[in-house]
Parts: sequence; structure tokens; C-alpha cells
Amino acid sequence: MNDELLKIKEEAISKIDKASSLKDLSELRLEYLGKKGKVSLFTKNMSTLSNEEKKEFGKALNDAKVSINDALEEAILKAKEKELNEKLEKETLDITLPGLKVNKGGFHPLTKVIDEVEELFISMGFDVASGPEIEEELYNFEKLNLPKNHPARDNQDSFYITSERLMRTQTSPVQARTMDANEEKTEIRVICPGKTYRRDDDDATHSHQFTQIEGLMVGYDISLANLKGVLEVFVKRMFGDDREIRLRPNYFPFTEPSLEIDVSCSKCNGKGCNICKNTGWVEILGAGMVHPNVLRGCGYDPDKYTGFAFGVGAERIAMLKYGISDIRSFYTNDLRFLEEFNRVEGEVLK
Amino acid sequence: MKVSRKFLNDYVDIDGISTRELADKLVSVGNEYDSVDKLIPATGLVIGEVLKCEMHPESDKLHICEVDLGDEKVQIVCGAPNMRQGLKVIVAKVGANLPGGVIKKAKLAGYESNGMCCALSELGIAHKFLRKEDIEGIYELPSDAPVGGDPLKYLGLDDEVIDFDFTSNRADMLSMLGIAYEVGAAYDKEVKYPSNEVNEITESINDNYILDIQTDKCFAYLGKLIKNVSIKESPEFIRNRLIASGIRPINNVVDISNYVMLEYGTPLHFFDADKLGNKVIVRQALDGEEIVTLDGEKRTLEETDIVIANDLGPVALAGVMGGLDTEVTKDTKNIFVECAIFDAASVRITSKKILRSEASSRFEKGIDPNRIFESLKRAAYLLNKYAGGSVLSDVLTFDTTSKEDKEIKVTLDKINSVLGMNLSVSDVIDTLERLKFKVSYNDGLFTVLVPTRRLDVNIREDIIEEVGRIYGYDKIVATLPSAKIKRGSRGKKQEMVKILRNELTALGLNQVITYSLISDRQSELFNNDNNKVYLLNPMSEDRKVLRTTLLPSLLEVFEYNLAHNVKNINIFETGEVYFKEDNFTEKTRVAGLMYGEYLSNLWQGIKVNVDFYTVKGIINNLLGFLGFGRRISYRKAKLKDMHPGRCAEILIGRDVVGFFGEVHPNISKKPVYVFELDVDMILDEKVKNIKFKELSKYPSITKDLAFVCDKKLSSLEIEEVIKKVGGRLLTSIEVFDLYEGEGIQDNEKSIAYSLTFMSNDRTLSDDEVNGIVDKIVDECKNKLHIDLRK
Repeated sequence: MNDELLKIKEEAISKIDKASSLKDLSELRLEYLGKKGKVSLFTKNMSTLSNEEKKEFGKALNDAKVSINDALEEAILKAKEKELNEKLEKETLDITLPGLKVNKGGFHPLTKVIDEVEELFISMGFDVASGPEIEEELYNFEKLNLPKNHPARDNQDSFYITSERLMRTQTSPVQARTMDANEEKTEIRVICPGKTYRRDDDDATHSHQFTQIEGLMVGYDISLANLKGVLEVFVKRMFGDDREIRLRPNYFPFTEPSLEIDVSCSKCNGKGCNICKNTGWVEILGAGMVHPNVLRGCGYDPDKYTGFAFGVGAERIAMLKYGISDIRSFYTNDLRFLEEFNRVEGEVLK
Repeated sequence: MKVSRKFLNDYVDIDGISTRELADKLVSVGNEYDSVDKLIPATGLVIGEVLKCEMHPESDKLHICEVDLGDEKVQIVCGAPNMRQGLKVIVAKVGANLPGGVIKKAKLAGYESNGMCCALSELGIAHKFLRKEDIEGIYELPSDAPVGGDPLKYLGLDDEVIDFDFTSNRADMLSMLGIAYEVGAAYDKEVKYPSNEVNEITESINDNYILDIQTDKCFAYLGKLIKNVSIKESPEFIRNRLIASGIRPINNVVDISNYVMLEYGTPLHFFDADKLGNKVIVRQALDGEEIVTLDGEKRTLEETDIVIANDLGPVALAGVMGGLDTEVTKDTKNIFVECAIFDAASVRITSKKILRSEASSRFEKGIDPNRIFESLKRAAYLLNKYAGGSVLSDVLTFDTTSKEDKEIKVTLDKINSVLGMNLSVSDVIDTLERLKFKVSYNDGLFTVLVPTRRLDVNIREDIIEEVGRIYGYDKIVATLPSAKIKRGSRGKKQEMVKILRNELTALGLNQVITYSLISDRQSELFNNDNNKVYLLNPMSEDRKVLRTTLLPSLLEVFEYNLAHNVKNINIFETGEVYFKEDNFTEKTRVAGLMYGEYLSNLWQGIKVNVDFYTVKGIINNLLGFLGFGRRISYRKAKLKDMHPGRCAEILIGRDVVGFFGEVHPNISKKPVYVFELDVDMILDEKVKNIKFKELSKYPSITKDLAFVCDKKLSSLEIEEVIKKVGGRLLTSIEVFDLYEGEGIQDNEKSIAYSLTFMSNDRTLSDDEVNGIVDKIVDECKNKLHIDLRK
């Protein structure tokens, strides 16, 4: 009887090995281990056996059940895996088909420039200040040491609103407003980006509306060397660590001494090219030490305080940084142009 | 200002310094230039002598010439009418580069021609500077011209010109002497003054003229009388230098007035003394008074103009332009030379009206009081030397100006602390002495005597700048300021604008920046504002009024992109709008425009076109991000230029903060959606800080209800009833279906809601929820007269 059992066990295991589907396997389970299955039927024969034999046979029977069951379990696992694999195989996608088009928004390049400059100066303790675009002559000119009929006003042909009010021609009036508003006359560090307007015909290098970023630092013992230091940080941040700056004397009515800052040309590295007009240097911003008349006019004693100020065109920076040749592009807002700026740049992650 | 190298070399020795090097050196001390060029860029020129000149057998214009070039004799075919044997001419050899092109060996009418005989106009001098004969015929060199030599050198035309762009404060740089001082400072050189000592005749100007100054706007007026001049052409050196300086030579007398102005920076005016009469009055013009100026124009004057007048009326507009009646002509014999200083602002006002001239631009910037007498003498000297005039003694004089040096005191400490340098006493003294400033030092304090020619140097900071720029800013070592550590920050509004920009770009919109100035037509769009701000002096019809809404600009960007085949246009702008009211106010707005696809993957059948509800979703998202979630609501609105059935006001609480909807088809034929929000109003709304609420541990139950109702009933009205009955247990209502059509009457719609119920403290039973749902349905029947869809 044991031999017979053994035979059935081997037969079952062999059939299990050959079974290919989960259905076959559940049928085999019924066939062998079901209530009326071949193995179960043996239990009926148990009654004819002696106790000793019963014990031995019981053990063999159990052994056969366990073995068949184990084989079945194992086979079921395999079959399930096989079925899953087949299902997954059928679900395979063409990963080369296009994905969902999600609109990609982005910042205007001028905003990118302003944000970068703001972040840099905020990190150096500067606040971001602002002022009106419809400005009074008092702030746009007079407080900046540009009295009526001053020849330097010619450089800034203005859009007037009334005889005393105009579209600001520069962000410098925010300097005067900031100093005026500081009642305790304490130290000042501000950066002021904003729209400015001049009566220029729009062409590749002129725009009747443009964007300036003004910087002002007033305190005790602020020097030209400090201005050079701060602007070096600025230039390296905007144009790369290998850039150098050059200070050239210039004239602005609201600063004394006044200077123009050049940055070494990033295209030719100072050798001379069309961008830098073969000089190796590119003019980037105007700056200087705040004129004592400006300090005094805003309630700061020029014997106690000194300060530096600078003004830079956001368009100029963007044009140099991104290689844009026509200033009108910023205001045409061709989406194909704008979308070129919809990503981060490597140097941001440095 | 165009500066001739040869001219400048008369006043400061620049031999051995290349013109380019000189220009760059002056840049380093603060003087920009636009260009450095040769006066005559032509190459390959040589002095030739015409040995033979025969007419071409078949032409009545062409000459066949044999020309001796010194080292060779060549045949040249020449068409100039004045070509003849024995002439000394300028020859452009084969290979010469002229403005008109490179000279090549050629055959002209069958004869070989090895070069070209040149007219001055062919060398690249602008026609306006030339005599008629210089344009029409070849240039006839004097007989002593050395054959084979360089004609430009021989003529003194081998000059170079730097075109400087001097800063507007440096009045002194509008003179050769001033530039010489600047070069002297840069290179540590001396300045040479021109000669002006002349033998005068005993007759005095005071015997001939009376001066009557009637205005306080004339600070100095000097007159000199020169008799019996002969008007002719100026000597070549004067002509050449004027041409190099961009001034057209006229005749010896007129040229001398310009020449002296260029030398000293002092404009002179020459009157025909016989036409001037014997009295010179300087006064304010009478309102409505008239004068015919040199250019033949009749000018009507105002009281702000200063005039030179005689007893008959005005004879010149002071500092701006002379009068036609007293002009120097070819018949003039006696000359009254004026050198004066007028009020800069007055000259500026008049010249702005009439003409910006070489003279007026100098008056506007200021005249050195120490130069007027010297330049007057120089003019007399030149008129004597080159026009044969007799110089009368004495100077007709009115002069209130101070000739004293300005004394400025500054400490070494102040210089070093402003520049951030470590200069020594001798560094400062050396630098100031290079500028020819007198300087003394005593106990830490410099006393600087600044000559009157430097009108721009008036305060100690000016001295500091002079020291810095001449010593060299390149020697400043950059240092960061030592200031208190503090956190920099943006203002509240700036921060809000930045948040709005971040969120809108995250939602897929592109930021644009447009012009604040728009046209009248644009300014009428989307508003009925009467308090728009207009420019007094616009440049064009397109840009004459300040916008009161950002939308017209966005529409312009939309149209531009559509015309350039951009299919999906989702843009926004943050910026100011401007109102006249309340003494000119500026408000900050954020506006958007959406058109085309918002989301798509066509092969998958996914295509979300922008519509009313897309924009509503964007606004919900934006305001939700700002923390207004439950306080946002919408109200149907009819607004100018918006689709009357597809426009809504946006509310936070009870405040209307903006609107959105579809643009009226009369304005745009395409389905364009816009929104605009008032940033200042949004800033005024309070937002609570985030306070985390524990999530419910109990399961939720969802029930769906579909109602049939009149089409005009808004979903909001149904939702309000549902919410009221649902109470606290109702945690969300969502519209999941809207149906119109078959099975529903024409004037009705079916709208289906998914309601979610949940409690924070217990598991809700189905019975309890069903009870609430029944009440909701009953209430909808009672209040709204609507029923469930069967």
C-alpha cells in the first residue's frame, strides 16, 4: 500500500511539473488532495491496518500530502508569476510616443536679471526700494543736483505730464526719496529696480521705456574702494568669476567723483572683438560717490556721511548676458523669444 | 568734438605719442571718444608733374598725359578740364586706396592709364568743406611741390582726428587749450599759448564806440576794432584745421573767428563795423521784436532773449546767432570783434528755440573769464597777420567777472577716506600740479587754487575727483564696506508681486513686459476711465497716454504672436497702471490673457482648450495659493468689451478684486480670455497663518444627486441650499456632470453633484446620511422647485 501511495505521489508531482496553467493546477489539487481525491481515498483503507501500521501509513500519507501540496504551491507561484509576466508583456508601451504637453510658463528675461541682482544685494543687506514712475521734477532733477536749465538735462529728454511732473528718466529719484524718508538719517542700503522713460526713438539700441536698477549705500566712511568692491561682486555674479572691472572717470551731476564701470569682454576675454568695439572692455554701468549737494538736500550731513550710488540698465545686462542684439525684443514679447529663457542656468546651481 | 592732432600739437607737445595712444590715455582720465581716424584715409598718393598732355584723338574731354612720379614716368588718361602740361598734381598710383575704390591699371578709350590724377573731393574730404574748383577739377599743387613727395604731407593734410565725446560739465574741453591742459595733466607736460601780441595803431576803439550794457544777464562784454581788412581765402593751415574740426572754411575773417573759438573756447562775433554804427547796446529783447538772423530767417523775440543792438534795433542774438544786417561780407572793410560772457541759462533758453550752434553750446556750458581778453587779442593778431587789418588800440570793456583762482581746502584724510586710498602728501601735490593747480599743504590741510578755466571744479569733492582720476582709479584696491550685518528684504508689495509671478509661471503662463504708454484707441479698451494721464509731449500717436489697465497691452502681444503663427498664447504681466485722480496715482495690477490649448496630447485624445472655466481654475488656484480659499467667490458681470454672458467679477469676501472672462467678439474674433486683479486690494485682505487641523479618523460616505432644473438656475444657488441643509457633516460638494439634450426639456438642464459626508468623532451610518440627503432633496424642491432626475 505504501508503494502504491508512493506511486501516486510521484505521478502527482510529475503531473504538477507538467501543468502549464493555474486552472490545471487547481484541477490537480482536486484530483489528488480533494475530498474524493486519489490521496484522500487512501484514508479509507486505514481502518484495515494495525495500530502500528496505521501510525506508519499515516506518516507516509501525510508525507505524500505535504509533498504534493508543496509542489502545487510552488507551481502555482510560478504560474502566477508567468501569467503576470505575460500580462505585463502585453502592456508594454511605445515609450517614444510624445508625453502630455503641459504649458511651460516662465519669467521675462528682464525679470530674471532683476531677480538675480535683487537676490545678490539682499544677501549683502540691501533692501529693495521703489518709487513712483510719474515723478516730480524735484526728485527726478532738482534733488539730484540738476537745477533747471542745467545742460546735463539735455541728455535726458523727458516725457512731461505737467510742467512739474514727468515720467521719471532714471531710477535715481528713488535715492533722494529714500534718503528723504529716512527720518533718523541712519545708514542706508537700497537697490531700486524700475521702469524709466526717455524721449528716444525706438531702435535696436534705444527704447523710450527701459529698466534701470539703482543702488545706494550711505554710511560712515563709505569709499570709492568700497564701491569698487561691491561692484566687483556684482559683476562676477552676473557675468562670471573670471570677469574684471575697470573704473573710468565720468560725469553725472548727482555723484562726485563720478565713474563709468567697464567689464572685461566675455566674448573675447579682453583681446578685442565686435562686442567690445575692439577695446576689450564693455561699458556696463555708471556710478560714483553721492554728491554732497544730494546728501545735504536730503538731510544728510556730507561732513559725517559718505555714500556711493550706481545705476545699471537691466536691458544692457540681459543683452550682454544672453547675447541679445535688439532692445526692442524685450517689449515685443514674441513667445518664441520669451520661451528661450524658460529654464534655469548652470551658473545658478554653482 | 573733433580734435585735430596737428592743431593740438601747437599747444602741447604730443610728438612721439600715437594718436590712438593719446585718445586711450584721455579715456583713462575720463574723456570718451567715438573714433580715431586719418583726416584723409586715402593711400598711395604721390606728387606728380605733368610732362606731356595731349587730347585724346576721339574725345574732347580725355587727356593722354605723361606724368613724372619721381621714380617713374607713367601714362595716365585724365578727364579733368583743368589738366594741362606743366601742372603739379596729386596722383593716386596703381594700387592706391581711395574712398571710391582701389585704383587699377586700366585701358580708357583704348589708352593705357596707370593711375589717377585727383581732385580733393576724390580723397575723401566732404564736399561741404571744399571750394567749387576742388570738386570739379583736379587739384593744382603749387609749383614748388616736390615731385615724388607725399602730397598730404606737403599740404598739411596728413592729419589725424579724434572725435571726442566730452562730458557736459567740462566746458574747458571745448577748446584746444583746455584739451592741451588735460593732455598736460595726463602726460605731465607743459601747455604752450599762441602768440597774440600785435602792434596797434594809435587810434582807439573808444573814439569810435560807446558801450551800453542794459541787462544783468551780460557779465562781460569786450570789443576790439580792426580796420581795413582784406577779405580773401584763409591760409591752408587754417582751412585744414577747420576742416579737421568739422567747420566749413568761408574766408579769412570768418575763419579766424572760428579758429580763435576753437583755440580758446571763447565764441567771438565779428560785426561789419560800418553797418553796426558806433553804439553797442546789450539788453533783453522786447516782446515781439524782430530780427533777421544770418541764416535769413526772421525771428520774433521774447523778453528772455538777450540781444546786441544799436539805436535802430537788435543786430545779433547774444551767444546764439548774428544778424544778417551786420554780417561780414566780401565787401567788409572794418570789423568789430565781440567777445563776451552771457548768462548761460538765458543763452540756453534762446538757443533751444532757435539753434544749437558751436557758440551757444560754449556759452551754455560757461566761458573762462580769463580767456576773453586773450582771445580778443588773438583774433586781432590773426586779423592783422592774415587779413592785413590795422588793430585799433584799447578794448571796449564791460567786465564784472572775477579773474581770481578759486580757493578750495581739503584734508588729506578726506581725500583718502573718500577714495579709499592711501595717498601721501606728495602724491596729492604732484597730481594737482600736473593739472597746473597751485597747491600748498599745511598741517593736514591742502589749499588748492583752481584756475578759472576749470568752471567744473568748485568744491572739495571736485578736488578729490581730480586727484583720483589723474592719479588713476586703477590703483584703487577694491574692498568691501564694513557695515552692520543685516537682513535685506523686499517690501510687502514687491514680495506679493514676486509670489504672483512665481505662481502664474508655475501654472504655465509666460510673463511679458509691455510699454506703459499706449494709443488713444487702446486706452479706450476695457474701461471708461476719464482720469487718464496724457503726455504733454508725446513722440507718436501710438504712445501718448498712460494705461489704466494692462489688458490692451496684453491684447497687442496676443495679436503679434497670433500673426507670427504662435498657436497657444498664455501670458501674464504685473505692472503699474496710472490715474490722474488724487494727484496722480499708480496702482499695481496683475493681468493675464489665455488662448489656445492649455493641455494636450493629441494622439491620446487629450485636448484642453482654454475656456472660461480654465481661467476660473487658474484664478482659483492663484487666489487659493494666496490663502483666500473659501473666501473667493464670483459674480456675474457686464463689463466694457467683455462677452456679456461670459464675464465675472472676482471677490474676496465682499471686495471685488478683479474680473475675468471672454473678450467681446467685437474686439477679438478669436476666443480670448483675460483676467485682471488689483494687487493693492489683494494686499489689503488679511490672510491667516497656517494652523494644522487633525485629519478625521472616520470613514466618509459619498452620495450622488442629479437634479433637473431650469437652465438659468445657477449651480451656486443649488449648492447654497445643499450646503445649508448638509451642515457640518457635508465636507465637500463637487459637480460631476452637466447634461442638456435628449431626455431633458429644452429649457432645462441636468446637473449632478457628488456629496461627501464625514464626521470628526464617529463613523456615520448610511441611514443617517440618507436622512440628510432626503432633507436636501426636499429643501431643493421647496426652495428651488427642482427635482431629482428620473
